[in-house]
Amino acid sequence: MWELPLMPQQASTIAEKVDALYLFLWGLTAFFTLLIFVLILVFAVKYKRGKVADRSNAPDTDHKLEAVWIVVPLAISLVIFGWATSIFFEQVRPPADAVEYFATGKQWMWKFQSPEGKREVNELHVPKGRNIKVTMTSEDVLHDLFFPAFRTKADVLPGRYTNVWFNATKTGTFHIFCAEYCGMQHSLMIGKVIVMEPDEYERWLTSAASGTAGQATADASETPAQAGERLFTQYGCQTCHQGASGTLGPSLAGVYGSEVELQNGEKVKADDDYMRESILNSSAKIVKGYQAVMPNFKGQISEEEVMNLIAYIKAQQGSGATAQNLTPTGKR
Amino acid sequence: MPGATNGVFEMPKTTYINAQEGIKSWLLTGDHKRIAILYLISISIFFALGGIFAALIRIELLTPGPDLEAEMYNRAFTAHGIVMVFMFLIPAIPAVLGNFLLPIMIGARDLAFPKVNLLSWYLYMIGGLLTLSAMLMGGVDTGWTFYTPYSTSYSQSYVFLTGLGIFIMGFSSITTGLNFVITTHKMRAPGMTWSRLPLFVWSQYATSLVMLLGTPVIAITVVLLAAERVFGVGVFNPNLGGDPVLFQHLFWFYSHPAVYIMVLPAMGVISELIAAFSRRRVFGYSFVAFSSLAIAIFGFLVWGHHLFVSGQSAYAGIIFSLLSFIVAIPSAVKVFNWTTTLYKGSISYETPMLYALAFIGLFAIGGLTGLFCAALGLDVHITDTYFIIAHFHYVMVGATVIAYLGGIHYWWPKMTGRTYPEFWGKLSAMLIYVGFNLTFFPQFILGYLGMPRRYHVYPPEYQVLNVLSTAGASVLAIGFMMPVFYLLWSLKFGPVAGPNPWGAKGLEWETASPPPTLNFDATPIVTEEAYAYDAEAEESAYQAALQQAKHAK
Ligand code: HEM
Ligand SMILES: [Cu+2]
Repeated sequence: MWELPLMPQQASTIAEKVDALYLFLWGLTAFFTLLIFVLILVFAVKYKRGKVADRSNAPDTDHKLEAVWIVVPLAISLVIFGWATSIFFEQVRPPADAVEYFATGKQWMWKFQSPEGKREVNELHVPKGRNIKVTMTSEDVLHDLFFPAFRTKADVLPGRYTNVWFNATKTGTFHIFCAEYCGMQHSLMIGKVIVMEPDEYERWLTSAASGTAGQATADASETPAQAGERLFTQYGCQTCHQGASGTLGPSLAGVYGSEVELQNGEKVKADDDYMRESILNSSAKIVKGYQAVMPNFKGQISEEEVMNLIAYIKAQQGSGATAQNLTPTGKR
Repeated sequence: MPGATNGVFEMPKTTYINAQEGIKSWLLTGDHKRIAILYLISISIFFALGGIFAALIRIELLTPGPDLEAEMYNRAFTAHGIVMVFMFLIPAIPAVLGNFLLPIMIGARDLAFPKVNLLSWYLYMIGGLLTLSAMLMGGVDTGWTFYTPYSTSYSQSYVFLTGLGIFIMGFSSITTGLNFVITTHKMRAPGMTWSRLPLFVWSQYATSLVMLLGTPVIAITVVLLAAERVFGVGVFNPNLGGDPVLFQHLFWFYSHPAVYIMVLPAMGVISELIAAFSRRRVFGYSFVAFSSLAIAIFGFLVWGHHLFVSGQSAYAGIIFSLLSFIVAIPSAVKVFNWTTTLYKGSISYETPMLYALAFIGLFAIGGLTGLFCAALGLDVHITDTYFIIAHFHYVMVGATVIAYLGGIHYWWPKMTGRTYPEFWGKLSAMLIYVGFNLTFFPQFILGYLGMPRRYHVYPPEYQVLNVLSTAGASVLAIGFMMPVFYLLWSLKFGPVAGPNPWGAKGLEWETASPPPTLNFDATPIVTEEAYAYDAEAEESAYQAALQQAKHAK
């Protein structure tokens, strides 16, 4: 407890890159601070009042000198900008093959769901060495899912999906924090990410499926897409969105990721946010050729159920496919 | 103190302080100097209050577990932030030093609108007291940033009343800014051209522009917040089709430029101090003057760097990052300019100069760590952690508070007619410098380790650094308290200062200390540039005086 670490563990593929930039910037800071410090010290001693020194022809301006200290910091800044932005691109663009986990933030806990359907609260088990993307939303206020050991975080917003991704390089247990102030117990909205060797993770999954985790044991064996399929029938979605042609509502096979033309002629991309809006507030964007007959499910479906439904729709890529033989991206 | 003033001078008979008597003559005054004193008193009290909240925060964080209740801790850091930002940092230098000095420095008899100036103080007090009354009734727990939807739909605290107070204080900023801009344009003494303006006046001018243009935006934001909270309008509420990130854009569109409202006047003060104590014209005068304007204008374009992980588009993030790097350059240049001003100077080290040198050191670290925050890939990790807390304290306390204290010490003889004890001044300046670094440097490391801000309990491995930080805060608190005592002491017992105790240039040193109600006996005519120092000549005069003193013994 009383040791003094200077950096958190480097436990993701990005951590090292962020740390390199960090150390470089400290080097720069030390250099310029010392430079100024030494200059001040030298001048302070040499030109102290009462001390004999050459004070003739003191310059008032020197445009050349000023140009130097505009251009040099500017050049250094641009280098840092380029470097930092390239890291940022990596942080905010999940690789195409990333396995998708889900997270919901809620005052004051984190609810996670793995692609295999395992649900956890304030704990997230993940395999080492795999690209993992966490898609998340909030049930109430702003939160922020922060993994210090992975050097990444992102805000979690109500009414929208955001995501973080990482590829853990070390097994072990690391902090999860909420980094956006969210009310009274903000500092208790913490958790652990547990990184395991892939085979160990596999074993953990199967053993945990037998139902030791207290809540939601019934669906512990369902993947999000399977849960979504169950909900699809339960809420009666299939009565309108049936079959490849669709009846009252458009068919949902292959919709995810496509361009949808709306009644007002606009075109939107059918992404997570569009799906969510169409479920919760269906009259907002009506697809061309259809009527606004779908009920609004706001207040009746939880955020997790929405995520499951989207996972199910996402799984229905290509016509005629059923949910059983297609599972979310990346799952073997 | 140069020129051995002890006991040589007598207090002028009539000054702005004794020209009229009675509390009413103060509360109804139109004299900018008296209004400055009213501000000085109220702002000092608010600063102490903000300090008490800081102490509460630091005591809580001494151990990883909870000492205060979570609710109380949240209200304490919110109160600390609100008091420090809206009631101290934004008004401090403009309302106290600016009010007192701006007219005198340009050779005017008062500000353009003396009654509006008094109104500004009343607005400030009414707003401040409303905000304080909200705190007494139980406070706010949203953080000074009031992010929605927490502040609109979830917080069970006095958001509305606090917001109302801030809204009213905003009008105080606007009227002060307006008054300063018009005064600078219209009331300069004959010969006081723009290129002869003291850099302090330049910085006040630039700041006033930001106040005028930026403050209405926070006023609108607060109104929207109130409408949302009271009537459920839905601008920021996603359940009603609103957007919580929109609030952040509006909030930071004002609050980022507000950082420049705090820092530009500080830079102005430092330019004056460095020039006076090294007996040199500030190196690159025109660049320093125009860079204030440049910072004021470009400062409006970088608000989005507070939103890198908020869900705003990655491309917006990149543009804001680039602009942030560019706006940092004028600040860097100022640091080099001040440092170079020392070259071939005739430098002395009284208390204000110690503050000025401390400023350069702290501002350099504050500014350079700003690069960490502007650097996208790195900011993703450090944003909303203690790294940010450390960075903005280096900028806001290290720069604004230090410059304010330096300025108060420098102009104290002018304001009160008396000098304070140098020994205690120097000691407190040094305690503040050491205490400050001990408090906030560990927080950079703490933040990088991952400790999020606004946490009232934390994992035990963060304790060592928190203990260091709290220890530093105790030293800092002692450093801040000392001036209260010796400055008050000096009001009665301090040696009489005389018109120009520092041997400095500038119109304010050409009138009596304290000045008469109308500042000058006759309107001054300006024939030379600001800082017409000649370090070489002044140094030989000093040497000659030394020799004479030796012979006399
Ligand atoms: C003894 C000196 C001080 C100490 C020990 C101190 C400590 C702190 C700490 C620990 C926080 C973080 C609270 C949190 O996020 O959990 C904080 C926040 C803050 N401090 Fe200070 N502070 C000091 C002086 C000042 C001064 C002089 C100012 C401005 C004049 C200031 C302005 C702020 C602001 C604006 C915040 C943000 C509040 C928020 O997060 O809502 N502080 N301070
Ligand atoms: Cu939180």
